[in-house]
Amino acid sequence: MSTTRPEVALFVTCLVDLFRPVVGFAAVELLEQAGCTVSVPEAQTCCGQPAFNSGDRVDAKTVAAQVIDAFEGFDYIVVPSGSCAGMLSKHYPELFEDDPAMADRARDFARRTYELMAFLVDVRGMTGLDAAYNGNVTYHDSCSGLRELGVKQQPRQLLASVEGLTLIELPGAERCCGFGGTFCVKYPDISNNMVGDKTTDIEKTGADTVLAGDLGCLMNMAGKLTRTGSSIRARHVAEVLAGMTDDPAIGEGQPE
Amino acid sequence: MKTTTRQFKDNARTALADTGLQSALDKMETGFVVNRANAAARLPEFEALRDQGRDIKNHTLEHLDFYLETFEANVQKAGGHVHWAATPEDARQIILDICRSVDAKTVTKGKSMIAEEIGLNEFLEENDIAPIETDLGEYIIQLRNEPPSHIIAPAIHVLKEQVADAFHEAHTDLDPGRSLEEPQALLDEARAILRQKYLDADVGITGANFLIAETGSSVIVTNEGNGDLTQTLPKIHIAVASLEKVVPTLEDASALLRLLARSATGQEFSSYTTFSTGPRRPEDPDGPEQYHVVLLDNGRADLLGTEVREVLRCIRCGACMNHCPVYGAVGGHAYGWVYPGPIGSVLTPTLIGVEEARHLPNASTFCGRCEAVCPMRIPLPKLMRHYREKAHEEKLTPAAERAGLGLWAFAARRPGLYRWAAGLVIRVLGALGRRRGRFASLPFASGWTRYRDLPAPQGQTFQQQWAARNGRRGRGA
Ligand code: SF4
Repeated sequence: MSTTRPEVALFVTCLVDLFRPVVGFAAVELLEQAGCTVSVPEAQTCCGQPAFNSGDRVDAKTVAAQVIDAFEGFDYIVVPSGSCAGMLSKHYPELFEDDPAMADRARDFARRTYELMAFLVDVRGMTGLDAAYNGNVTYHDSCSGLRELGVKQQPRQLLASVEGLTLIELPGAERCCGFGGTFCVKYPDISNNMVGDKTTDIEKTGADTVLAGDLGCLMNMAGKLTRTGSSIRARHVAEVLAGMTDDPAIGEGQPE
Repeated sequence: MKTTTRQFKDNARTALADTGLQSALDKMETGFVVNRANAAARLPEFEALRDQGRDIKNHTLEHLDFYLETFEANVQKAGGHVHWAATPEDARQIILDICRSVDAKTVTKGKSMIAEEIGLNEFLEENDIAPIETDLGEYIIQLRNEPPSHIIAPAIHVLKEQVADAFHEAHTDLDPGRSLEEPQALLDEARAILRQKYLDADVGITGANFLIAETGSSVIVTNEGNGDLTQTLPKIHIAVASLEKVVPTLEDASALLRLLARSATGQEFSSYTTFSTGPRRPEDPDGPEQYHVVLLDNGRADLLGTEVREVLRCIRCGACMNHCPVYGAVGGHAYGWVYPGPIGSVLTPTLIGVEEARHLPNASTFCGRCEAVCPMRIPLPKLMRHYREKAHEEKLTPAAERAGLGLWAFAARRPGLYRWAAGLVIRVLGALGRRRGRFASLPFASGWTRYRDLPAPQGQTFQQQWAARNGRRGRGA
C-alpha cells in the first residue's frame, strides 16, 4: 500500500446523503484504513445526472461546475457509486468539451475521480481487510461502474478477505436491474419487469444478502425483494467491507 | 409502415402481459447472447476487428459521395442500373416502375429492412403485385400480417405453435389434418410452398448487407439460401439499400462480414454469402436478365457531419437488441416502427422525428450493454441522450416532468438551501418509515411504489451527521 497520505474528498452522492448515511461513513472508514485523510466538502448536492439524462444540458453543466469548484485542491475525489463516479469522470469532460474555460478543469477533475472499490484496490493497492460478515452473499454489478469504469474484480477481491462471508456469483450479474435513475418512475412497468427478473435470479442463488456498489440499484432491488416478501437483505458493499452492518439492511424495519 | 411509436407505453404494457411473447423473449439471453460471447472469445482479434470495422465505416462516410459514385460507375460497367431515391415514395415508385416494365404479377423478396422502411409490401399490394417473403421468419409474419419484431430474427416473437396455426390457415390446399408439431415439418412445408413461388416470380427483390464500390456488387447474407433463389431465378433482380451500405473494397466487406455473423448469431460466417455483380453474362449458367440497385437516402445524407452521424456505421447485426434489457422486456413491436431496440431508439427519432419517437430514446436505463457489444462501436446511449436533449430543447417532454426537473435544479444549485430542506424532509420520512423500514405507498412516489417498496431513509442526512460528529473539519468545510 502507498505510504504518502493523500487528501481525499468524499463525494457522498445524493442518495447516500438522503437515504443511507451509513454508506458514507463506511466509505470514510475504508478510505482511512487505506491511509487517506478524508474530507467532505459541504457544497455538494448531486452529480447532475437527473438533468443530464433528462436532456437538460444547461442545468447539468451548472451543477457540474459547482461540483468541480467544491472539490478543487484535493488529490482524489472518491465516490461510493459507479453511476455518479461515471458521471463525474466520464461525462463532466464531455459536458465541457466545447467550453475552453472549463474543459481542462473538467478533465483534471475527472482524472482525480474514482469509484470507491476501484480506488481502494487500484490506487491504494488494498488487497484485503479486517472485516467479518456471517453469511452467503451475492453481488450485482451495477451498469455504470461495470461498463464505464471497469469495476468488477475489485469488490470481489476485497469481499474474498471478509471472514465468514461466502460469495455466490449471481447469474446475469451484469444485466441491468431496471433502476436507471428516473427511468424507473417514467417507465415503471418495464422497470418492474426488469427488477422482477433480477430479484428472481437473486432468490435462486440461495444467498441471504445481496450486495452492490450503487445505492440506486440497491433501493430498487431491496424494494422489490421486500414487496415480494423475500427475506433477502440488501446492503451496499462498503457497509460489509467496513464492518458496519449493525444498522437494519436497506428497507428493513428497526427493531423496537 | 404505420407507426405506433407514440403509444410506446401502451404497447409496452400489452407486450409485458403477453405470456407467449415473454417466453419467446426469455430465450434470447441463453441463445444470441451466449453465442455471441463465445464467438467473440474464440477470435483473439475480435476487439481489433471492431476497431477496424469502425474505421472502415468512418472512412467511407467521410468520402461517401466518392464511393457511391464509384459504386454506380461499376454497377453500370457490369451492365446494371443504379437508381437514386431521395424519399421512400421515390424508392417505391422506382421499384413499381421496374416491376411494371415486365408486367410483374408476383415478386419474391429476400429479407430487407429498407423494404420495411419504405413500406414496400403494402404499396405493391395496392398496385396489384403480390410480394412473397422468402425468408422463413418474414414469411411467417407476412402470413400473420404483422411487421418484423427483430432485424435479423423477424419472427422471434412467434411461438412454434403459432406458426403451425398460421400455416394451417394459409396453406388450404394441403391436408388439414397434417401434423405440424415438429419444427422440421414446418420447414419442409415452407420450403415446398416457396419453391414454386421462386419459379413463378417475375421479379426478385432483396436488400443488401453491403455494396462494394470497387466491384459494383451487392452482398447479402442469409442462413436459408433464400436470397440466392430470390435474386437468381426471376428475370429481374432489384437490390434495395440505403446509402450508407457502401464500402470501398471486397477486403473491407469481408472484415465487416466477419463482425456481422459473430455479433448477430455467433456464427463464424453466415451460411450463405452471395455477391451479385450485374445481370447474367452470356457464359453464366443462371442469373437475372436485369440487375437494379435502388439507393435510398431518406434523410441519411443530412446526418453526415452532425452528432448522430455515427449511427450510419450500423451493419444491422441486431446485437444491441439481443443484449438490451428493455427490448428483452417488451420485444420489438412495442417500439412501433421498423427498427426496434437501441438502434431503433436512435434511428427512429432520426428518421421520423423526435416528436413522434420521443419515448424511444427515453426508455433506456443507459445500462450501456448495447454499446459494449455493438461491433461498430456506435455510442448508442450518447446518441439517445442527444435526442433527449432535443426533446428537452423543443419542450416536447411532459409538463410535470419539466416542473420536477426545474425544482430539482433549483435546489441542486443551492447547496445551503438543499442541505436545510433535505434535512427536514428526510427527518420526517425517516421518522415515518423507521419502524417498517420502508413505504408501501407514498404520495408523489407512486411510479416507484406501485411495484416495489420505497426503502425509508435512515433518519438524518449524511451531511447532518457528519457535521454533528466531526464538526466541520478539514479543507472544503
Ligand atoms: S447499432 Fe451496432 S449492435 Fe445495433 S444493429 Fe447496428 S451494428 Fe449491430
